[in-house]
Amino acid sequence: MPTLTDYLVLSAILFAIGTAGVFVRRNLITILLSIEIMLNAVNLTFIAFGRALGSADGQVIVFFVMTVAAAEAAVGLAIVIGLFRHRESLNPDSFTSLKW
Amino acid sequence: MILFYVFGAIAVLASLLVIVQHNPIYSVLLLIASFGALSGLYVLLDAPFVAVIQIIVYAGAIMVLFLFVVMLLNAPREDAEELRLREIVAPRLRTIGGLLALALVVELLWALTKRGGESGRFPGGSVTSVAAIGRLLFRDYAFAFEVTSILILVAMVGAVVLARREAK
Repeated sequence: MPTLTDYLVLSAILFAIGTAGVFVRRNLITILLSIEIMLNAVNLTFIAFGRALGSADGQVIVFFVMTVAAAEAAVGLAIVIGLFRHRESLNPDSFTSLKW
Repeated sequence: MILFYVFGAIAVLASLLVIVQHNPIYSVLLLIASFGALSGLYVLLDAPFVAVIQIIVYAGAIMVLFLFVVMLLNAPREDAEELRLREIVAPRLRTIGGLLALALVVELLWALTKRGGESGRFPGGSVTSVAAIGRLLFRDYAFAFEVTSILILVAMVGAVVLARREAK
């Protein structure tokens, strides 16, 4: 049987993949997808701990995390569409007007 | 058991392919595969409600939203520019980012496996019934639930305002 540690290790690997995606890729949509990977890694941790503690709290928290992820995706994609209309580009390096 | 490793391998491989893929449409489809594997893991963890929600809300709704935007923006053309910029500007940034991610993995693995010992087995009892989750959600977490609905409303209004064309 896989143990709690196995699930936590899997979740850590997924989270690191998401982090690498945010740092390495220069495409706004792929960066948003990497953030989704990280959120899902955290969800897996919540479910595994909820199972280990024998309570349903973890599942309820995952429900809230998913709601926040949906709101984040909607607003983030709206911003991406707005930026694309302005600059015709998805590269975050081309949006540097606020950089000092 | 064997299913854990199968689902885990699918999730990790699909996530890795998501971030090395150059066409965003393939990235989105691979991420849906990864979410399917995660949903299988939730079933293994006695959380069928979350598994179903994962498929319906994540793979069904959020990823379709991403797919709409990718197709709306005609992104593959944009990726050619990204590749060109990468070759000119920062050929070494990618290796540095990869090394940092590897360091994060090593640190997390060390921290998680160092303890070892009794942290292993799952106990027998677990809450799987949707009724129990619903009672918890609408009783103990009722305030958070209501706040979440306001958050959704704000996100909806914000998305409409941000994506609207300015009328001249």
